Amino acid sequence: MQTKRMTYPGRFLPYALLAPQVIVTLIFFIWPAGQALYQSLLREDAFGLKTTFVGFENFVRLFRDGSYLNSLSVTAVFAVGTTLLSMTMALLLASTVNRMIRSRSTYTTLLVWPYAIAPALAGVLWWFIFNPSIGIVPYMLEMVGYRWNHRNSGSDAMLLVIFAAAWKQISYNFLFFLAGLQSIPQSLIEAASIDGASPTKRFWTIIFPLLTPTTFFLLVVNVVYAMFDTFAIIHSTTAGGPAQATNILVYKVYADGFVGLNLGSSAAQSVILMVIVVALTMIQFRFIERRVNY
Amino acid sequence: MASITLEGLKKTYSGDVHAVKGIDLQIEDGEFVVLVGPSGCGKSTLLRMVAGLETITEGTLKIGDRVVNKLEPAERDIAMVFQNYALYPHMTVYNNLAYGLKNRGFKKEDIEKRVRIAAKMLEIEDFLERKPRKLSGGQRQRVAMGRALVREPAAFLFDEPLSNLDAKLRVQMRVEIKQLQRRLKTTSLYVTHDQLEAMTLGDRLVVLNAGQIEQVGTPMEIYSHPASMFVAGFIGSPAMNMLPVDYLKAQGTNGLLDNLPDGTDVVGIRPDDMHLAPPTALHLTVDSTLALFEAAGAESHLYVTLADSDQPTVIRVSGQPPVAEGETLRFFVTRDALHPFNSVTGKRTGD
Repeated sequence: MQTKRMTYPGRFLPYALLAPQVIVTLIFFIWPAGQALYQSLLREDAFGLKTTFVGFENFVRLFRDGSYLNSLSVTAVFAVGTTLLSMTMALLLASTVNRMIRSRSTYTTLLVWPYAIAPALAGVLWWFIFNPSIGIVPYMLEMVGYRWNHRNSGSDAMLLVIFAAAWKQISYNFLFFLAGLQSIPQSLIEAASIDGASPTKRFWTIIFPLLTPTTFFLLVVNVVYAMFDTFAIIHSTTAGGPAQATNILVYKVYADGFVGLNLGSSAAQSVILMVIVVALTMIQFRFIERRVNY
Repeated sequence: MASITLEGLKKTYSGDVHAVKGIDLQIEDGEFVVLVGPSGCGKSTLLRMVAGLETITEGTLKIGDRVVNKLEPAERDIAMVFQNYALYPHMTVYNNLAYGLKNRGFKKEDIEKRVRIAAKMLEIEDFLERKPRKLSGGQRQRVAMGRALVREPAAFLFDEPLSNLDAKLRVQMRVEIKQLQRRLKTTSLYVTHDQLEAMTLGDRLVVLNAGQIEQVGTPMEIYSHPASMFVAGFIGSPAMNMLPVDYLKAQGTNGLLDNLPDGTDVVGIRPDDMHLAPPTALHLTVDSTLALFEAAGAESHLYVTLADSDQPTVIRVSGQPPVAEGETLRFFVTRDALHPFNSVTGKRTGD
C-alpha cells in the first residue's frame, strides 16, 4: 500500500503534535506497567513499612498456588464461554438483520444500545434478572424444576457472569458481522442459490468462509474483552464467588492487591496478564492479514 | 434443453413502480435471444425473473412444459453468468466449477470428468488450482462460463457478461460465446445494453423500452425495418437521422415524398444512406455545412448542420473524402432509404 508522506516546515511541530498522545501513554500505561514490573520482584508488608527484594519468588509462588491455577482455569472457561456465546448470538442477529430491507437501520440502532451501557450497570441488570429471590428467570426456572442460585452454585454464578459479559459484547460483534455480511456481494449468494445450495448450505460454504477475517478479528477482540474488560461485571454481580468460582485473573489482581494487600503477588499477576495481552496482540497482528483466505 | 415461454410477465415494486409491464415472448429450444435496451428498461429485471432471483408479480413463466413461477432458482434447471462473474473467491477454479455439481449430489468421478471437459473447452485447464483473484478479467469470464456449462442446464442466462472487459477482449469473448452456443445448442437469453453486441450475438433480438417490448426480430429485420423511432435510434451506430417531412419538402423533393404512408411526418435516414455523390435512382437533395469531421479509419463520420435547420445530422462514408470543416456539402438520399414514422405515436407508418 502506498502511504502519503507529510513533510512539516519545522522540526518542532511534528513532535508537538505527537506530544499529547506520548504523554498520556507514558503516564497512564508505561509508568504503571514499569511500576508493576518492579513491584512484582518485591515483597511488601500490608502496611507498606518494609520492602524486600525477592526476585522471581512471587511468580514461583503463584504457579504453586492452587487458587491461582483455579483462577486460570476459571478465566479460560469464562473467556471461551463469553466469546462463543456473544459471537454466536451476534452472527445470528447480524444474518437476520442483513436479510431485512426497510427495518434494517432501526434494528441496528436498537441492537447497538447495550454497548453504551456501563459494565457495572450491565452486571447489576443481569443480577436483578437472575436474583434468586426476586428475579424473573429463577422464578421461571423453578417452574421447570430447577433451583437457580448463583450465591451458592459455582456453575450458576459462572453462567450469570457469562450472560452479562456476552450480552454487552453482542452489540460490538453484531456491528462487525453486519458490516462483514454486507461486504459480501449479493451476486455470490445468488450464484450459489442457482448452483443449488440451500440457505443453510450457502451460509456454511459461502458466507461463513468469506467472514473468516471478521470472525478471527472478533475472536481475539472478544478474548481480550473477556479477560480484561469484565472487572466491573464480576465486581457488581458475584465478586469472584462463590468459593472462587468466578474469580477471573483480572479480578484476582484487584482482590489480592487492594483487598488482600498482597501487593507483590498482585503485581506479579498483572505482569502475567500483560504478557498474555501482548501475546494476543501479536497473534492478531501476525495472522490477521494472512488468515484472509481469498 | 428447453424452450422458454413468457406470458404477460409483469414486475411491480412496492407502490406502483412498474419495472416490467407485461412481456410475451417465446424462446425456442436452442435459440439465442438477446434482450437489448437502455439502462433502466427492465431487461435485467426480466432476466432475473426468469432466473428466479426476482419474484414474478403477474404472468406465467414456463421452461420447457413446466410452469416455474414459484420454483427456486436451483429447481429451474438454468445457469447464469453474472456481470461481475460472481466467482466464489475462497474456492479454487476447480471448486468453483464443481460447487453446483456437488450440491446436486453428483458422484466424485462424474464431477471430475465434467469439470475437465468444461475446462478443456474453455482453455482454463492450467488455472484449475488457482483462486479467482489470481486470474485476469478474461480468465475469470471463462471460469464464469465454465461454471454455467458444467451442469448442462436447460438454458443459459447472461447478464451483461462482457461489460467489465476491455474493448479488445470483449470482441474476442463475444465471438467465443457465439461459437460455444452454436456448438452446445443450449437455449440462451442474453442481456446487454450494447446494440453491437446484440446485433452480432443474437439469433433474435428483443428491444425493450420502459418495461415493454418495442420490437422482436432477427438483427437484420430490426436494422432494416425498425418498428418505432426508439428502435431506429437505438439500433445502429451512429444513430439514424430523423428529419421532418415538411423540412425536406421545403428543400425541393422532385415529388419523392408524395407517396409516403398516411400519417408520416418524420423520415429516418441511416447515416450510410446519405450519399455525397448523386445516385442514378430518383433522389432528394439537401444542403448542409460540415461542422465536424471524424475520421475512424475505414470510414468517416461527417457531422453536418442542415441548411435552415438545427437538426443534428450524421453522414457515414467509407474512406476519407476530401472535405474540410466549414465546407458546404450537398447530400443525396434515395426513396428506399427512407424509414417513415409518425412523431406522435413514435411508430413506423408503413414498410
